[in-house]
Amino acid sequence: MEKPLPSARNRFWSQFTLGARACLPVCISVAAYGVVWGVLARQAGLSLLEVVLMSGLVFAGSAQFVALDQWTPGALPVGALVLAALIVNLRYLLLTATLRPLFPPGTVGRGALAMALVTDENWAMTVGEMAKGRGTPAFLLGGGVLAYACWMGATVTGRLLGAAIDDPAAYGLDFAFTATFLALLLGMWRGKADLVPWLVAALAAVATARLIPGSWHIVVGGLCGSLAGALLEIRRAGSAR
Amino acid sequence: MITTASLLAILGMAAVTLAIKAGGLLLAERLPTTGFAAAWLRHIPGAVLAALVAPAILTGKPAEIAAALATTLVWFASRNLFAAMAAGILVVYLARRLLGA
Repeated sequence: MEKPLPSARNRFWSQFTLGARACLPVCISVAAYGVVWGVLARQAGLSLLEVVLMSGLVFAGSAQFVALDQWTPGALPVGALVLAALIVNLRYLLLTATLRPLFPPGTVGRGALAMALVTDENWAMTVGEMAKGRGTPAFLLGGGVLAYACWMGATVTGRLLGAAIDDPAAYGLDFAFTATFLALLLGMWRGKADLVPWLVAALAAVATARLIPGSWHIVVGGLCGSLAGALLEIRRAGSAR
Repeated sequence: MITTASLLAILGMAAVTLAIKAGGLLLAERLPTTGFAAAWLRHIPGAVLAALVAPAILTGKPAEIAAALATTLVWFASRNLFAAMAAGILVVYLARRLLGA
């Protein structure tokens, strides 16, 4: 393998630093709910080693939060945990698909490995750059490495602090999760076409949460809402023709 | 401390997560860009987020509803994820103290 020229290496690190810097503010929020996750993980009965392994290998905030709902030491529902991670992370199919222009033919294999470090945060920053005609794999990786370090450090801190903070709800920390995803949801609003699918998703989720314990409300709500959105969109396109 | 079951669960979660993340990029050229499947995939992120937050807010106590309103207001005022989250936590904390709920 050819050694990269110094200028190419400099360009990599300047893009890497830019990506990390762009993600810094949002990584404060990543760290905030990483601590919350660590605290909840302790209450759910995860050991420090389990926290390190899950944050280090799974590295997916929403899937890890959902896993805590199902975590019952002694009778761990392994299949349901894996299935829930699959379902909650399904959105990454779409997110990483949009990163295709960063990886010219022949580098897609390396690109697939880089996808391990994609989070909602560095993905959003990178597609923002790409829309301006910039954006590189190094920019994506810079944000990803920062997010990874924040998530690992924060979840371990939360797991250790768990001894001091027994009830995160007493500090309102349980709401960090709801508030963060509510804000992310509001940021996704693109117009009236989103109203019906979101309402269908919300109502189906509320009904499911009353009937079935665990994380199935996310699956049922997500499927009902997205199918409703697609049906409406196709019908609108059909009647416009 | 780690049990075989929890190690299996973590490795399984990691494997499916990595497969999905890499799979999106690898399948990108084959994903339909029009039609029902594309429309369905486009609507999944918002629907999943709505399904995630709805039970916590709609079946919550006044404290949760007030905190969700505060989160929404601060988000539209600042477009800042961290500020919106902090507002939600602060309001839910204060409301639970004041309302005892």
